[in-house]
Amino acid sequence: MTTKFQIHNFSFFFKDQQILKNLEFQIPSNEIFGIIGPAGSGKTTFLRALNRMNDLETEISHKGNILMDQNDIYTDDFDVVSHRKKVGMVFAMPVPLPMSIYENVVYGPRLSGIKDRRALDGLVENSLKAAFLWDEVKDRLKTSGMRLSGGQQQRLCLARVLAMQPEVILLDEPCSGLDPISTAKIEDALTELKKQYTIVLVTNNTKQAARVADKTAFFLMGELVELGLTKQIFTSPVKKQTNDYITGRFG
Amino acid sequence: MKSLSEKGVRRILMAVAFSAISALLLITLFIINEGVPFIFKYGVGNFLFSSDWHPQQMKFGIFPMITASLWVTFGAMLLGAPLGVAVALFLSEYVPRPIMRIIKPTIELLAAIPSVVYGFIGVIVLAPLIRNYLGGPGLSLLSGSIILGIMILPTVISISIDSILAVPQSYREGSLALGATTWQTINMVTVKASKSGIIASIILGLGRAIGETMAVIMVAGNSVNMPHSALDSVRTLTANIALEMSYATGLHRQALFATGVVLFVGIIILNSIASIALRKRMVKG
Repeated sequence: MTTKFQIHNFSFFFKDQQILKNLEFQIPSNEIFGIIGPAGSGKTTFLRALNRMNDLETEISHKGNILMDQNDIYTDDFDVVSHRKKVGMVFAMPVPLPMSIYENVVYGPRLSGIKDRRALDGLVENSLKAAFLWDEVKDRLKTSGMRLSGGQQQRLCLARVLAMQPEVILLDEPCSGLDPISTAKIEDALTELKKQYTIVLVTNNTKQAARVADKTAFFLMGELVELGLTKQIFTSPVKKQTNDYITGRFG
Repeated sequence: MKSLSEKGVRRILMAVAFSAISALLLITLFIINEGVPFIFKYGVGNFLFSSDWHPQQMKFGIFPMITASLWVTFGAMLLGAPLGVAVALFLSEYVPRPIMRIIKPTIELLAAIPSVVYGFIGVIVLAPLIRNYLGGPGLSLLSGSIILGIMILPTVISISIDSILAVPQSYREGSLALGATTWQTINMVTVKASKSGIIASIILGLGRAIGETMAVIMVAGNSVNMPHSALDSVRTLTANIALEMSYATGLHRQALFATGVVLFVGIIILNSIASIALRKRMVKG
């Protein structure tokens, strides 16, 4: 088992407020790495630190390093744009781009310079199949992505990330607005996908982490409280706070 | 009692609304009534497509003015539209928001400068520059286009920025997270999503350019000859009406009203084309 991300003493600040505190752990390849924790615990900020989406905010700063495949992703001359091509992200709110289903999926590949129609068609079919959406949309690929239901939109967002053929998929509470059936479809897709990808899943739904994550990390107030195999975290947590959170006593 | 005052307010507002609409209607009718009979009496072809404008000799051909209006407006759009949209994109996508919030009202203030001031600057600064470096009389089609191009900037910039800022941040994030650069995101997502607003801003600018009178009178030279180059002195339809209305009588006066009708119809056609284009885009998007 190899390590995808190494987080070394990583802290993150917004203005003078410390959001992440001295994080120190590893994220292994080809697993689903679950992150749970109450609102405001820094889960999303950490996720957005991994593909440097935090750069879009102003007045931010950080300490420590994050290494992906042994390369520091926070050096000055780091190529953020190609990094984001390798590290795809699915957001909490499913927001397709304002274009057709087909165009949404080929958006990433087009940016990478793929122009061949057949290659793009193949990517669309494979990505939509992998996101468990193909059968529902194969007859209407030209319709706007905005016309799909919430659950379908979120699977479309997953498909457009898969079409970039990334190495890592970051998911930020991908099922927070979805019904149980859509949620199950996304979870099924993730379980399939971890064979090829490293998946980091931030979720407010502890049961979701218990269902799909191989390892689970519990964040509280920007600190890593506990990290372990999902089974161990949910059956015999070491820390009292972890136990309180997963049994629903706070958070 | 309450319902009585409700009714009263309703009636008063209705009367006010109707007075505004009827003013519009009356102006339209008046211009048509004064102008249209002349057009038919003089002959549509003669009026629109003859280049002979000599009111003393009862010759009323406005083709040079139509040409001048179209070229001056076209030139103004060629300068103002791309520049305005570019400024709007730069301010909304590249400049930090707090700075943008200071610059945008400043640009909007440009719209508050009276057009006579723009004309004045055109006469004092622009026309001599053109005369010295490019030749011709200076007061020309080119200087009219440049001044109008600058005058439409606040309209284009302000409305474009509003529509670009209305694009949800999640579109930009989605695009950037897929490995797009800032420029790719603007080009492929932001501009597409705000296209209808950007087009609307350009059309409003166009309306302002074609209807502007004072600044054009001052900088375009006002000769009634057919322009052969951008450096020629020209007279637009609006300038024609404004320059001669004060002393025109009889047929001459009717000819000026007819000029107004042509301007009126032209603007209505442009606006209709624009709103049809806008509606199509909306349905598509």
